[in-house]
Amino acid sequence: MSKVKTNVIGLTREDYKGGPTTLCPGCGHNAISNHIIQACYESGVDPFMLGKFSGIGCSSKTPAYFISKAHAFNSAHGRMPSIATGALLANPQLTGLAVSGDGDTASIGVGQFVHLIRRNVDMVYIVENNGVYGLTKGQFSATADIGSTLKKGAENPFEPIDLCGLALELGCGFVARSFSGDKKQLVPLIQAALSHKGTAIIDVISPCVTFNDHEGSTKSYDFVKEHDQPLQEIDFIPHYEEINVDYEAGDTVNVKLHDGAYLTLKKLDQDYDPTDRLAVMRLGHEARARQQLLTGLIYHNPGKPSFDDVSNLPEAPLHTLQPEDLRPSREQFEAIMQRLMR
Amino acid sequence: MTQQINDVNIQIATVNGTGSQSANLILMRSLFNMGVPVAAKNLFPSNIAGLPTWYTVRAHHKGYQANKQDIDILVVMNADTVYEDIRNLRPGGVLIHDTGMKLDHALREDHINYGVPFSKLVNEATDNVKLKKKVINMLYVGVLAHLLNIEPEAIEQAVNKQFKSKPPVAELNSKAIQVGRDWAAANLSKADPFVVESIPGSTEGKILVEGNDAAALGALMGGCTFLSWYPITPSSSLCENLIDYFQRYRVDAEGKNRFTAIQAEDEIAAIGMVLGAGWAGARSMTATSGPGISLMAELAGYSYYAEIPGVLFDIQRMGPSTGLPTRTSQGDISFAYDLSHGDTQHILLLPGSVNECYEMAQQAFDLAERFQTLVFVMSDLDLGMNTWMSDPFTYPEGGYDRGKVLDAEALATVQNFGRYADVDGDGIPYRTLPGTRHEQAAYFTRGSGHNAQAKYSEKKDDWKAGLDRIAKKFETAAREVPAPVLTSGQGTDYGIIAYGSTDAAMVEVLDLLQASQQAPDYLRLRALPFCAEVRDFIASHPHVYVVEQNRDAQMTRLLSAEYPGLAPRLRPVLHYDGSFVDAIGIVDQIVQAEVKQKEFANV
Repeated sequence: MSKVKTNVIGLTREDYKGGPTTLCPGCGHNAISNHIIQACYESGVDPFMLGKFSGIGCSSKTPAYFISKAHAFNSAHGRMPSIATGALLANPQLTGLAVSGDGDTASIGVGQFVHLIRRNVDMVYIVENNGVYGLTKGQFSATADIGSTLKKGAENPFEPIDLCGLALELGCGFVARSFSGDKKQLVPLIQAALSHKGTAIIDVISPCVTFNDHEGSTKSYDFVKEHDQPLQEIDFIPHYEEINVDYEAGDTVNVKLHDGAYLTLKKLDQDYDPTDRLAVMRLGHEARARQQLLTGLIYHNPGKPSFDDVSNLPEAPLHTLQPEDLRPSREQFEAIMQRLMR
Repeated sequence: MTQQINDVNIQIATVNGTGSQSANLILMRSLFNMGVPVAAKNLFPSNIAGLPTWYTVRAHHKGYQANKQDIDILVVMNADTVYEDIRNLRPGGVLIHDTGMKLDHALREDHINYGVPFSKLVNEATDNVKLKKKVINMLYVGVLAHLLNIEPEAIEQAVNKQFKSKPPVAELNSKAIQVGRDWAAANLSKADPFVVESIPGSTEGKILVEGNDAAALGALMGGCTFLSWYPITPSSSLCENLIDYFQRYRVDAEGKNRFTAIQAEDEIAAIGMVLGAGWAGARSMTATSGPGISLMAELAGYSYYAEIPGVLFDIQRMGPSTGLPTRTSQGDISFAYDLSHGDTQHILLLPGSVNECYEMAQQAFDLAERFQTLVFVMSDLDLGMNTWMSDPFTYPEGGYDRGKVLDAEALATVQNFGRYADVDGDGIPYRTLPGTRHEQAAYFTRGSGHNAQAKYSEKKDDWKAGLDRIAKKFETAAREVPAPVLTSGQGTDYGIIAYGSTDAAMVEVLDLLQASQQAPDYLRLRALPFCAEVRDFIASHPHVYVVEQNRDAQMTRLLSAEYPGLAPRLRPVLHYDGSFVDAIGIVDQIVQAEVKQKEFANV
């Protein structure tokens, strides 16, 4: 009998599994769930200390399909950012991992998405982006490209919201885009996002096989494969492994992450610098005009303090504080009363 | 002329943003310092500066604190409202006006008129043009001090308290008050009956406080560690006070904050953060008003069904819609009680005094965690933003009720943990917190259908069992929320039910009714859901007046729905014009109704 393989904290991949999926066979979201499992397993995320968050929609169901040993909060439509903010501030020891969709994030939840990034809540925020409402059977979402069509032919007359562009504008310190079918790229990106302190946004194009995989869709498997423009070849080196700095100079960049891990980026486009925000914005606009889908690490800036840092919280979760930690003394209370007296 | 001692209702008509607040506080505190019980009401516009404001200080030896519609002494400092103010002043009332306003043609013979050259007199207090606008308000304090015979020491004490960190400011204001007082002594001959006399010991040890400050202090003592809020009148001062308390008393030895306070992007996010924090085990709260709870409706239902604790202070203002943002109301009662779609219900606490704002703020956190649900504290603008006299608050004894939480150690003794299982038969399930290191700890929180094991379910039996179990939980809650307070009367056969800020008027109502040979029993509700005592009270009276500050008799409707057999006994007595509720208005309605009742009985 061969020994079961375990990760750095001694857990098997089995320890990260979730319940059986109820999504359509072939749905991009199922692939992403597996990539999340793989990333958390490889990074040695402690399931007991993981908080899973989601809103409403097909994507938001998926936290039931990975890491059942972690608490999950499948909240209300578009409200996941506020729920996660409350939970992660109440207990900053938790690792926050959120899954949302393009409707949940870009339409009903765009306000909360914006303010989550503005506050830089320390969490991974994965958008499973298929450009369409699945559970209500195939309406456009706010990320659907102008000119793209619904299954029955209706054409979208509106400009899309580019979630990576929006995150960049808001000063998000970790912005990435990927494709549900690109395990090689997405797994290290999720690992890197987990290692980042602050809000990490990963916009993952995840085709809807039932409502948005036809010709005329710009979120179909065929379209994405054709227009995918990876920026880098990505590898993740966790904090517990040594890094070999053995690459051709100028060709590969090692991005150091907050927990000591590294993301190695082998450049495919020599001009792309994921730390130059203005250049990244310009390239993003240019790529969109060419209908190119830039994937990989779009932008990285580790310098911004996260919300729990700004909040100056103690290490222990707030619920562990006792009455004697929370109430002023009798003398202090008496002084408050005195102030209100004659 | 008979003197009227220690019973005077003084109103200052002014313009908001002119700094009259300091003068008004000094006036109120001076009376308080003499041992005369006081309460103050600020009727202010929804505006930053330039619109009319009326500040009323009521001094009464019996400690009546409710609004009184009739003004005894009116100081008019606002030229824009002066004609209306004069029109509204009751016959026999005292009018103090600025002779610079040239009002002679408008003055009424049935008033006692004192003209004071405020604009000229202010030059004697200061040469500084900038300060004149503020200091002029101190002059009326001086004039009133002379007319009412307020002790100079009481004023000095009040001035020093108001400007304790700024001695030169205190000195300047003292001087202005003296200028007013000296001028009045030399130029006015007293023609009104109102005087104050010191009552030794009467206000000694009492406090003056606003309900929102009291609630903030209660939240601090009650172990609130998480506040998320969106500014809205009249609730903002609760949050701001709490943040002040947090910064003063919740920074640990290492300089770390034992609290989180987040100004959210809107009320939806505010309640979302409260639920997230409550789910993670923090004692979390928000404070808002009617428009805010409208926005919070969806997540309120989530809290109900997914069973997540949280505390929500609703400082009620006048709706519907934007309504009257700076006017008080009890208009959110029925909306809050079942806030959200579907079959939903919430625990409502109904503080009737500043002391109860303090006490119920603490109880709310215990109840929220005990019952794993949102608890509403239904205060209002009158309670929350006006100044009330109270006995000092009590330092809490004992710990917090953190409810049924299973930690890793407890889970080790549990077989087959079910997040939504009714283990104890009281409808209250056990919960675990994220971050609990045990194989059984994790569960999936969802607002969609789930079974006792927190698994997704659309099965009819699971759904119904879940809703029925939560209903049972609220039956348990009805026995544990604050019980109503009964004041027994004698000799009449009817009862009165009231709640919240109306209680201040009810004290006076009962005295007035007694003076007209009626002594009804009075039941003050302190919480929803209703308990058996409420039913028994209605059942033991042929008819019961339900006094409330809304148009639709919301509590009457809730009582009628709860006890349909007793509904014909309930008679609403309503106050909903935006003014602070007063005793006379209530007594008039009851007395008229009683006359009709007797006429009807005699037919």
